[in-house]
Amino acid sequence: MQNLMINGQEREVDVPDDMPLLWVLRDVLGLTGTKYGCGIAQCGVCTVHLDGQAVRSCVLPASAVASRKVTTIEAISEQPVGQAIQKAWLEHEVAQCGYCQSGQIMSAVALLQAHPHADDEQIVSAMSGNLCRCATYTRIRAAIKSVSQA
Amino acid sequence: MSDTQRSPAVLSRRGVLKGGALLSGLVISTFLPPAISRSFAAGTVKRAQLGDAAEKGYGAFVRVDHSGHVTVISPKIEMGQGIQTGIAMMVAEELEVPLSQVSIAEAPPNEQLYADPLLHSQLTGGSTSTRYAWEPLRKAGAGARIVLIEAAALRWQVAPSQCRALNGQVLGPDGQVAAYGDLVDAAAALPLPADIPLKPIAEFKLLGKPAQRLDTPHKVNGNAKYTIDLSVPDMLIASTITCPVHGGTLRGVSNEAVALGIPGVRDIVRLDNAVAVTASNFWACQQALKVLAIDWDLGPHVSLDSRQLDKSLFEASAGEGVFAHQSGDIAAALKNASSRLEAIYEQPFLSHSPLEPMTCVAHVHAGGCELWVGSQAPGIAQAGAAKICGLPVDKVVLHNQLIGGAFGRRLESDFIFQAVDIARHLSYPIKLIWSREEDMTHDCYRPQYVDRLNAALDEDLRPVGWEHRIAGASVVAAYLGSLPPDGVDFDVVEVAKDPVYSLASLQVRYIRHEPEVIPVSWWRGVGPLRGTFAVESFIDELAHNAKVDPMEYRLSLMQSQPRAQAVLRQAAELIGWDTPVPAGSGRGVAVSAVFGSFVATIVELEAQGKKGLRIKRLVSVIDCGFAHNPTSVASQLEGGTLFGLSAALFNEILIEHGQVQQTNFHQYRQIRMSDAPPVEVHVVSSEERPGGVGETGAVPAAAALVNALFAATGVRERRLPLSRFGYFTV
Repeated sequence: MQNLMINGQEREVDVPDDMPLLWVLRDVLGLTGTKYGCGIAQCGVCTVHLDGQAVRSCVLPASAVASRKVTTIEAISEQPVGQAIQKAWLEHEVAQCGYCQSGQIMSAVALLQAHPHADDEQIVSAMSGNLCRCATYTRIRAAIKSVSQA
Repeated sequence: MSDTQRSPAVLSRRGVLKGGALLSGLVISTFLPPAISRSFAAGTVKRAQLGDAAEKGYGAFVRVDHSGHVTVISPKIEMGQGIQTGIAMMVAEELEVPLSQVSIAEAPPNEQLYADPLLHSQLTGGSTSTRYAWEPLRKAGAGARIVLIEAAALRWQVAPSQCRALNGQVLGPDGQVAAYGDLVDAAAALPLPADIPLKPIAEFKLLGKPAQRLDTPHKVNGNAKYTIDLSVPDMLIASTITCPVHGGTLRGVSNEAVALGIPGVRDIVRLDNAVAVTASNFWACQQALKVLAIDWDLGPHVSLDSRQLDKSLFEASAGEGVFAHQSGDIAAALKNASSRLEAIYEQPFLSHSPLEPMTCVAHVHAGGCELWVGSQAPGIAQAGAAKICGLPVDKVVLHNQLIGGAFGRRLESDFIFQAVDIARHLSYPIKLIWSREEDMTHDCYRPQYVDRLNAALDEDLRPVGWEHRIAGASVVAAYLGSLPPDGVDFDVVEVAKDPVYSLASLQVRYIRHEPEVIPVSWWRGVGPLRGTFAVESFIDELAHNAKVDPMEYRLSLMQSQPRAQAVLRQAAELIGWDTPVPAGSGRGVAVSAVFGSFVATIVELEAQGKKGLRIKRLVSVIDCGFAHNPTSVASQLEGGTLFGLSAALFNEILIEHGQVQQTNFHQYRQIRMSDAPPVEVHVVSSEERPGGVGETGAVPAAAALVNALFAATGVRERRLPLSRFGYFTV
């Protein structure tokens, strides 16, 4: 048994130590907003926050999470930056298929929480670990910039 | 372990029923008044029951319930292209309801009601959706409005012409107001008029104006449910390993006890060419698949490799093939030419690799088979599932789902058939999820092609005509089961047989050459994408050969193409084509006129060091006729441009020992934000008939890239991807 702090709630799970957080979230806790794309930290669709840092949950063993706070897309609107990013995503009509956008938003929020005035270079550097096969990068940049300048 | 017996050979890798529904040649009227009038009778049917109700022949496109809420039944699946919002806008415009009063339900498989006459089947693809929907869906909305008005007029004892519809209500001449919900029952009893006039463009309130997509709010908070996110009662997760060599089969499995001892693991199922494990979670499935000792019969294709495939295709490309097009006398033109120019272009196998891997929820039970899956070809999936289960087609219920990327991949049903084959051995529903490795190594690939062009030039080095030979696999034959009687793959020769340039003579030959066992399929941009790479590279070579500006050269050869000329000129203006670039930089252009739309794309790049490429600007202009949602059109153009560049820069699937070598994104790199600047797009305002946009944006990108590379460096690359020759982005 392991206790995880997920979206502000303590959740007790009975999973093997090496089971990645992604599958604990999706298949054990039913939080399906965090997606599976590659399983090897190449695509970023599984991005969540660990104590506010963007991490790839597909390669993060549940046991390594320990008592750190996990935030997923389902709870990101509880943070002002999260809400602002979600609003910007809609204003810029970023999403196409949308499958990667949970991960994109989690990366964007982590960036702006660390660097509220992130410039182009910081945006590119923080976001280039997140693939989008629909290639919505033009609008992702614009959406982040609109919040960053605010 | 509930069942490990070998299943009959129903699942050999190209599936049972490729395109069976297509072959039946169903061509139906796009407009279905009886179905629309019937839809009112179904006003009280709850949305949750829609699939069943529509199967019984109730709804076609539009349903209005007693609350006045409008459900549009979408014959087209949403996979990011924005089509369902577009269709909702078409209905809402004519029905006079705000978009907020409209929701979308997925159409069940039903060729009678939902076949797209442009594709002869209920498919989503080929940039046909808007072109297909433009009239029938607006008429569906308008027809509903007309009978609702008539119902109100009857109630008030006034003439229908004295009433009008506004915001989901009918307004009478003396201030009467009736909500649609109150009129539904009376309206459903009325006959639909034979003639349904449509609004002129000038009166549009919704269409043509940027609209918030109906699906995007759920995509920013994790609420959007894709197939991979679904759960049905008693469902377990399943995952498979399919024989790594295409054409191989399963001989046996051992070490099962260890696999079954992994917490959460339930069953091991042996298929003809794969092993499946079911468990409470995907991780346990993967751990179990890892510990199983699987004995494969690798089959007859174990020595197949890319060098051999390349060589045999290249040799075949010099052959005669079959004529796809002949105009003028190319033999005489080549003989009498002042000079000639010849070039050979090569394009690789490509994987689709949508970020949502192939996934299907399947339940085979005593009463039939139920599927929950995002499919671009639900009718084909349903019929194939029925065949595997030995059931009548109507015993297979398919609930189509939101798709997390497809790019053509989900026109294939192989993974659905695999899910059904697993589920029929089990008493519980499964959600089959392919690992990324399975997804990439068992894709149905965009074929490799060789294009040979040979132009006859006049004294001014302008083409009198050219000969174009195309060699490659036939996706049409793979999908339909055979080629048309003339032996020409009509998709592969697109653009080649119908270039935007005026040529006095043109000869196009198709040389079919199949890559043994490697499965091939449709890939975003389809035939026009591959054809445009060859033709737009070639015309650029001709322009440089003539020492004429490539923009000017193109414009001078396409005088019968005013819309193509216009997008070229606008793109030139946007990027400042006439302003010089620094040494080591260059601009490349390409143009296309396909899917009823016109696109010009310009790439500006700077060469850094020997092989470094810094893409500085990307400009793309589209004239897709009337743009029903300009935001969606711009998005498709931005994304499509980068999608095309991604493949041209980085992607090729290679085969060694009969196995696909690229297994995940570390070996099959996709374009990232750091690889390219924002795409600057312009959507031409037009009242022409709507053209396609989903496939279109990707089409000119590769040629614009190699043309820019030539302009910057003087090096002409005729084979994709550029990474093959050591190029990288900086």
